[in-house]
Amino acid sequence: MTAPAHIRVLVAKPGLDGHDRGAKVIARALRDAGMDVIYTGLGLTPHMIVEAALQEDVDVVGLSILSGAHMTLLPKVTHALDAAGLGHCVVVAGGIIPSEDAHMLTHTHGVDAVFGPGTTTDEIITFIRTAVAAVRAQRA
Amino acid sequence: MSDEQSRADAIVQGDRRALAQALTTVERGGQSARALLRCIPAGASGRVVGITGAPGAGKSTLTTALAQEFRVRGLTVAIVAVDPSSPITGGSLLGDRIRMYDLAGDSGVFIRSMANRGRYGGIAAATADAATLMAAAGYDVILLETVGAGQSDVAVADVADTILLVEAPGMGDEVQSIKAGLLEIADVIAVSKSDRADAPATFQQLRALVQMQHPSTDAWEVQLCGVSALQKTGIGPLTDALLAHQQWLIQHPYTPRAMHRRKSSLHRAIETQLFESLTQTASWVQAQHILASDRQPDTDALAQMVLAAWRTTP
Repeated sequence: MTAPAHIRVLVAKPGLDGHDRGAKVIARALRDAGMDVIYTGLGLTPHMIVEAALQEDVDVVGLSILSGAHMTLLPKVTHALDAAGLGHCVVVAGGIIPSEDAHMLTHTHGVDAVFGPGTTTDEIITFIRTAVAAVRAQRA
Repeated sequence: MSDEQSRADAIVQGDRRALAQALTTVERGGQSARALLRCIPAGASGRVVGITGAPGAGKSTLTTALAQEFRVRGLTVAIVAVDPSSPITGGSLLGDRIRMYDLAGDSGVFIRSMANRGRYGGIAAATADAATLMAAAGYDVILLETVGAGQSDVAVADVADTILLVEAPGMGDEVQSIKAGLLEIADVIAVSKSDRADAPATFQQLRALVQMQHPSTDAWEVQLCGVSALQKTGIGPLTDALLAHQQWLIQHPYTPRAMHRRKSSLHRAIETQLFESLTQTASWVQAQHILASDRQPDTDALAQMVLAAWRTTP
């Protein structure tokens, strides 16, 4: 009898951004929802994030960004994920991201969801569970 | 060619993605994990160094410093970093990568975080299998960093070739260290944070202790090294000590420890396969129903029922 695999989530902070409170709150909430959360800490380049996602074989890449560089860094991450054959990873972003940018990211840059201030952790957990279940069903 | 065989071939050829996916498979366990492991060729030369010690002793930081030193010496390194699972939700927060920042981007390093899934002893059930896969993938050194260990978390000795115990200064008097347990399984001891003022005292106490060991001609002499990952001192001599122990192991394959490890490996295999076959009987399912409906079940009797049914299963 094989147990269903735990959902594995990489929580990373791309670029130069020292504010990790939000990322830690999310990491903790996902842990409490029964997921395996790999928390990588600050100051990662898109390449480092993708390499960690590959080694950890994660289902989800969660990116927290408050620096304003989201339009530069997030597309680099999603494109590098695709190039590494990790296009199946669900990519969620959180932080200070204006809604027009969020629209661009989700519609043209392969980000699956952007969660702004005021989002409850339950919304994020539900989104991740649903999205991962869909990806797993598709790949099975 | 079977699916498992082609996956195994990809791992041996150094496909990092195939290795990462195989690690997920062994973590889940079950038939598919064993089918895959059966296709992995034996005889990989990579050696496993278990790195253990109390929470906060400096295991992750030292693991990173050691990995860098092995890389400088031209060796490739794979790391399994084990952190605890929540006993309540089963989730985990695996944070060892934070301190391994300096290794990111080096293609000669592969890091995998693993939750212990409530397993005692400092490692996860799949840790040994993970090390096997990493060795098959051609990594020269496999560093296995345990959960912050208590005095009796010695399970790492069942899976690692060499045990490195990390002792931070100021953790208690000398009697703490002459107690049985963790110290007995160490092949190499590193006093971490040696830049601190109280490090020399800890070093002296441990040295006195190491010298108390029973002298015997064919035994490995435990090595003691002072290190500071912060100031990057002592890492070279520590690496020398670890490599010396691996050389010593090659010359002494039939020591009691080596025998014990082979026995444990058989033990684990029997345990996993037996339990799995038990869970496939109808009486196992029946027992689960009883557990769900009876507040104080007679678990001894239940176990007997499950085992009796299993024995008569063809």
